[in-house]
Order: sequence, then C-alpha cells, then structure tokens
Amino acid sequence: MFKIKVPRYWRHKDFRYRLNAWKCNHCGETHFFKPLICRKCRSREFIQVSLPETGKLLAYTVVRSPPEGFELQSPYIIGFIELDDGTRILGQVTDCQPEELKQGMRVEATFRRIREDEEDKIIAYCYKFRPVI
Amino acid sequence: MVKMNSIVIVGYGGYVPRYRIRAEEIARVWGRDRSELPVEEKAVIGLDEDTVTMAVEAAKIALKRAGIPPSKIGAVHVGTESKPYAVKPSGTIVAEAIGAVPRITAADFEFACKAGTEALQFITSLVDAGRIEYGLAIGADTAQGRPGDALEFTAACGAAALIIGKNKSEGVAEIEACTSYVTDTPDFWRREYERYPHHTARFTGDPAYFHHIVNSVKALLENDGYTLNDIDYAVFHQPNVRFPLVAARLLGIDLEKVKPGMVAGSIGNTYAACSLLGLVKVLDQAKPGERILVASFGSGAGSDSYIIRVLEGIESKRGLAPTLDKFIERKTYIDYAVYAKHRRKILM
Repeated sequence: MFKIKVPRYWRHKDFRYRLNAWKCNHCGETHFFKPLICRKCRSREFIQVSLPETGKLLAYTVVRSPPEGFELQSPYIIGFIELDDGTRILGQVTDCQPEELKQGMRVEATFRRIREDEEDKIIAYCYKFRPVI
Repeated sequence: MVKMNSIVIVGYGGYVPRYRIRAEEIARVWGRDRSELPVEEKAVIGLDEDTVTMAVEAAKIALKRAGIPPSKIGAVHVGTESKPYAVKPSGTIVAEAIGAVPRITAADFEFACKAGTEALQFITSLVDAGRIEYGLAIGADTAQGRPGDALEFTAACGAAALIIGKNKSEGVAEIEACTSYVTDTPDFWRREYERYPHHTARFTGDPAYFHHIVNSVKALLENDGYTLNDIDYAVFHQPNVRFPLVAARLLGIDLEKVKPGMVAGSIGNTYAACSLLGLVKVLDQAKPGERILVASFGSGAGSDSYIIRVLEGIESKRGLAPTLDKFIERKTYIDYAVYAKHRRKILM
C-alpha cells in the first residue's frame, strides 16, 4: 500500500507548491530543498528565492510502467525543463499528449495533485508543467 | 441591502479544465433522447486536478491582473461543495500555493452553487470594515452527478477568483451594492458520506431557482434605486442554458444583456464557480462605465445579487492574463469511459 511521509511532504511544500528554492550566498548554486551545506562550495549561508514559473522543454519521456502511487495517471510524461533563469528541473508534464510535445517548446508551472496516500488519504500537491496557455 | 463604500475588484480570473464530454455522449450511454439536452458539452477535470488545484489556477490569474504581492492578501475564502477533504480547509492549501500565508484568515464556504458569491460577501465585508487590505474570494467545484441522473449532463468543473480591495485607482470594477434572499427550500441536497446529491426534479425551478433569483434581483434594484436601464449585462447562475434566459424574461431584462455572460452551454454548470465565471466572461469584454448585474443561486436555497460597475482599470489589466475564452476554447474531447475514470466513477 502506497504511503506518503507527511512530515517530509510538509517540509518540502515551499518548493513543491511555489518553486521556492534556496540559493547559496557564496557561489549562487540553487538547491531545491534547504540543505545544511552547499554541495558545491560547502557554505552554510543561503537565501530563499522564487524560481521562474516558465521555461522550455529540453527532453521528455513517457512512463507506461508507473511506480506505486502513480498507477491512475499512467501513461504520464516526465519532462526535463530549463527554467527562464537557467535552472534545470524534472517534472511531470500535464494537460497534453506526448505527440503534442516538441523539444524547446515553452512550458509553465501549474499546481496539481501528484499522488494520494492509499491508507491515510493525504493528498500530495506539487508543481507540474504544461504547454504555455 | 448593502450599499458598498468603494469596494473594488482589483483582479479577476477564471479557469476551466481542458477535458470536455459532449452531452450527446452521456445520452448515448444512458439511452436518453438526444433532441433536448440541457447543455452542449461540459468541462471535466484532468486526473491530477480537483477543486483546490482549479482554485489555485484561478487565483494565480487574478493575482496577475491585480499586480499585488500575494503577501498583501489578508483573507482567502473558497466557496465549494466538492472539497477534497471533509476536514482540512481548502483555503489554507490555496493560500500556501499562491504565497499568501501566514498572516491571513482562510476558510471554506458551503452553500451549494452560491458558495462562491457567499465567500465574496465575506471578503467584501472584511475589506469594507478595514480588517484587511485585500481579500481573495473563490468559487470552485468539481460537481457530482449520479451516473444516468439528469444532473450528470450538466455537473461540471471550473473555478473563478476575485481579488477585492478598496483603492479605486487599482480597480477593474466597483461593487456598488449587493443583497441576499434566502429561505429553507429543499430542492437539492447531499447527506454526509453520500457520493451523489439528490434533487426534487422540477421542484428546483419555480420555488427554488426562479423564486430566489427574481426576489433577490427585485430587492436589489428597488432598494438601491437602480432601473433595468442602468444594467448593461446580466449574469445569472446557469444550471442549464434555459433557466437564465427564463429568469431574465421574468425580470423584464433584454436577453441580449444575458448572452455575453453565458458559459453553461460550452462548459456546463460549474456550481460555485458558475455565476462568477459568467462575471469573468463579461469583464473580459465590458467597457468602462458599464454596469453588470450578477445573481447567483444556491440550492437549499438562496440568491446573492450584486451591481458591479466597470472601471477604467479594466483596459490595462484585462490583457495581463489569459481570458476565459482561452480556457474554454482549449479542449480535448473524451468519451464516457475516460470521463468515468477522470471523475473516479469506477471504484476498484
């Protein structure tokens, strides 16, 4: 039975809901979730930044054998996206069929259900991407 | 009757999900007569959507037009009858997703299809009282219709959001007056733990929809000194395409003033979002100085009426976000089997 770890979901909501990430004060490296130390320069000082909600699709794949918790959405698309500030990020691409996608097309972030705990019924929401409207 | 003191809509947004099912397809499955269908087609959520995600979509569009930081919003009220959680407010998730937390009040309102305008009543009151600078009122629903029931042809999905403030120079429209008309009328209900609502068929027309809307609008016009000539557009709740036109005829309103705000024919009855989506559609085309009459209806039953005057700010703010027509025209048709999957009608 698929379970969601509620404390971890809650800790990550700034990034998952609003693409609010952490930037290293020393080297500028972007971290999606607040780290203890920067993976690049080992600094411990960060500032919270809002990543842009638009970007371009660099690559994508279609998942037809989904992991536990994603069966209802299958088949679904996972995209590799370069946001307008250059940050590269993985995310589901929704509201479209694979044949509508093209490398380099503009996409925008949208707030969606990502999965649901089958026992405790908590719903996990997260960013996804869709073709720009 | 409430005469408002400089209450303005500073941002507005409407959202309709991408999927559509034709009423003909529902009629085909259930062997119904296809000659008199209440709507042409209706909007259906995607597999990863619900009332909260649609509310966030509409709110983000409203924020783009409002041009204010989300942190200035002091209240997020969501009117809906299809909350994802029975206990856990939708308003907090929406507020978190748009970045309005934590110094806000957030709550969910329930009054069948008028829950959205009910939320608007409270937001305008909070702004009018000076308790908050800006407030966000949302109507959103993923409406339920029992398979094969008359409601299944129309029960649809959508969301509309209004950001309310007090500064006229920021406004796209001013809410000049409002009123409510409420009685205990059992035309439509759903008990706890029930999946689908019950309704009393044609009883929902005369004693419920028409009685409440007509009396609400008459009270608003008479008590606040408006005449029908002051109204350029009339938006009524749209359970189908016929009821709003009949309501207009009963009130003596020219049908041409109703048609610009009609959305039910192409997206169905979006319940708590319905009359607000009609308002959004009118704001997408109205000119400064024009007046809009909005009358919602919620089963149980009641109607909220508003007189809204369009301000100069509409011209500069309208183009800052996609119009409602963009979402209405963006559509992918699905058959009944896929619709049943999207609406989780198949229980495994």
